[in-house]
Amino acid sequence: MTALLDIRGLKAEIDGRQILNGLDLTVNKGEIHAIMGPNGAGKSTLSYVLSGKPGYEITGGEVFFNGEDLLAMDPDERAAKGLFLAFQYPLEIPGVATLTFLRTALNAQRKKRGEEELSSPDVLKRVRDLAKQLSIDPEMLKRPLNVGFSGGEKKRNETLQMALLEPKLCVLDETDSGLDIDALRIVADGVNRLRAADRGMIVITHYQRLLDYIVPDVVHVLSAGRIVKTGGKELALELEATGYAQYQSEAA
Amino acid sequence: MNAEIRAVKTAAEIGLADLFAAVRKDLPGGSSTEAIRSDAFDRFAAQGLPHSRVEAWKYTDLRRLVRDAKPLASRPDAAAKTAAGGAGAVFAGLDVRRLLIVDGAFVPELSDLAALEAGVAIRATVEALAAEEMVLPLGMAGTDPVAALNTALAGDGVVITVAAGAVVARPIHLVFVTTSAAPAAMFTRSRLELGNGASLTLIETHEGPDQSDYQVNAALQVDVGDKASLDHIKITSEGAAALHIATLEASIGARANYREFGFTTGGAVVRNQLFLRLAGEGSIASVHQASLLSGRQHADTTLTVDHAAAGSQSREVFKAVVDDEARAVFQGRITVQPGAQQTDARMMARALLLSDEAVANCKPELEIFADDVQCGHGTTTGALDDQLKFYLMARGIAEKEAEALLIEAFVGEVIDAVARDDLREALSSKMLDWLKGRE
Ligand SMILES: Nc1ncnc2c1ncn2[C@@H]1O[C@H](COP(=O)(O)OP(=O)(O)O)[C@@H](O)[C@H]1O
Ligand SMILES: [Mg+2]
Repeated sequence: MTALLDIRGLKAEIDGRQILNGLDLTVNKGEIHAIMGPNGAGKSTLSYVLSGKPGYEITGGEVFFNGEDLLAMDPDERAAKGLFLAFQYPLEIPGVATLTFLRTALNAQRKKRGEEELSSPDVLKRVRDLAKQLSIDPEMLKRPLNVGFSGGEKKRNETLQMALLEPKLCVLDETDSGLDIDALRIVADGVNRLRAADRGMIVITHYQRLLDYIVPDVVHVLSAGRIVKTGGKELALELEATGYAQYQSEAA
Repeated sequence: MNAEIRAVKTAAEIGLADLFAAVRKDLPGGSSTEAIRSDAFDRFAAQGLPHSRVEAWKYTDLRRLVRDAKPLASRPDAAAKTAAGGAGAVFAGLDVRRLLIVDGAFVPELSDLAALEAGVAIRATVEALAAEEMVLPLGMAGTDPVAALNTALAGDGVVITVAAGAVVARPIHLVFVTTSAAPAAMFTRSRLELGNGASLTLIETHEGPDQSDYQVNAALQVDVGDKASLDHIKITSEGAAALHIATLEASIGARANYREFGFTTGGAVVRNQLFLRLAGEGSIASVHQASLLSGRQHADTTLTVDHAAAGSQSREVFKAVVDDEARAVFQGRITVQPGAQQTDARMMARALLLSDEAVANCKPELEIFADDVQCGHGTTTGALDDQLKFYLMARGIAEKEAEALLIEAFVGEVIDAVARDDLREALSSKMLDWLKGRE
């Protein structure tokens, strides 16, 4: 069986500085992988390199997404193939209404996949239903994307986008940061609803707390740009107890 | 010696002098009009075509940009009239009163003059000049050499009067269209007199063929009465090789409300110069301008807003989207006269550069002679935000479409200033057409 995501010896640098140092990771359909690690380990860098953010230079390794060369694709192509990154810091886009953005994104992906575009009322209905599940005020959908949204609202909005776009691989970059316990529960419930046999997830987090709600199959420790340890969900609890100090020194 | 040494006359300046000498006797108007024209031409000739050392024309050097003088366009024949029929299509289907000005001449038979609202009168400028009405003299704009040239050579246009208290619901659309394939020059002069308490929406569109390097010098003088309300919308989408110079002079009465909106997409060289005077107490003016430029286009908006009475308010927002090797110019000057206390004026110019060769020159200025005022200005120039573009692309939106969304958002603030839904939507789709043209 082809892996959903297969990263082999990935090396990447930005502004001449090497951040990823030969990273290996395989995610199969139906699996949830947690990636934990100290600040600055390269977790966000990994998520950006996977989604195709400009500015990174790939200096080694390969990445296959459903058997296809992911690194050769433009960011929009990767998205249409089913890769979704929930940003650690979702951006504000003044002048672009949230709903317009959602409709444009959904139909752009559908078009690229040769599927029929959805009418505005159809999109609106889907978005409304999801907004309700995620306790998002429908009025927010009329506002410019993320502008004036609280941290929690932005994260819920990311989750809404993910649910609407129905990706094959969800990469969640510190979706828990800045959320209070209620918001965390709402977001985690939203993510859990997306668990499916044909969908994989990479949940990047600094804290074990999120993993009480989104229970992973595999936990990895990322340090200095490499996966340095892999285990079951109990590894997360272990890390909570011991901290990242041992991995930091290992990396240094 | 400190006298300025005039450079040798350019071919275009010599051509204009020859043109004026040849046509002055045939231009519309009686002897008093002729005297006004001569005076105006002398004023032009003394200065010549403005060049980069003339402050108000710093970025638009007409001595360099205008190579020659074109002959005056001939009055439209049957073929020209047929060709002109579909002009002004941007507002097609909307309930507006269309008045056609073809190759510089008002054409009543192509214009909708039926069922004029009470208090509204519409005439050709030639008619008003024949009656020796004082249509031509300018105020604030009078010292500008190109406006003076317009006074000297003005052929036709439209004179509209709206009586005091008349509220005109149906917009008037002045459709300026050049049909002539042979390069020609058109000097039009129009005038709007809006009585006290009257209200009107006046639209101007300017267009022509891409193949001809025709020259348009259009002037509009507007008198907004006390407590009157005017929306003026001007769309400049001239042909690709055209020179378009437009002068707007407006005097705004007490507690009047004036909303100016400009949208420029077409023409090789475009200059929109606006001279606004807030002449009465408590008057309000807003100016929103957007230029969408590509290729080697050059578009200059130069704006003077003179706060001449107490308690007046003005807002100026200028946005330019500049692609390829195009250049956008914005010069905005707000002056506050000594008596104009409690003036509240704010000006903002923003340019979005879509290529490395694109240029924007923004020069806002304040000149304040009163002490109790609130005035401010700002400018920004930059490229599309790569981070925002990536965010959109990471959601599956293709690069060009992501750019289009961001550009649309950038220009949207200006288009949103158009109050009427139907006109705003028509302008939005015009902007979208421009964006589609980029793909
Ligand atoms: N533009 C950049 N230029 C140089 N170094 C960078 C740049 N962006 C991030 N880094 C560095 O890369 C390392 C990894 O960052 P990041 O992937 O954000 O870590 P994490 O998400 O694990 O906290 C950090 O040391 C950070 O300072
Ligand atoms: Mg991070």
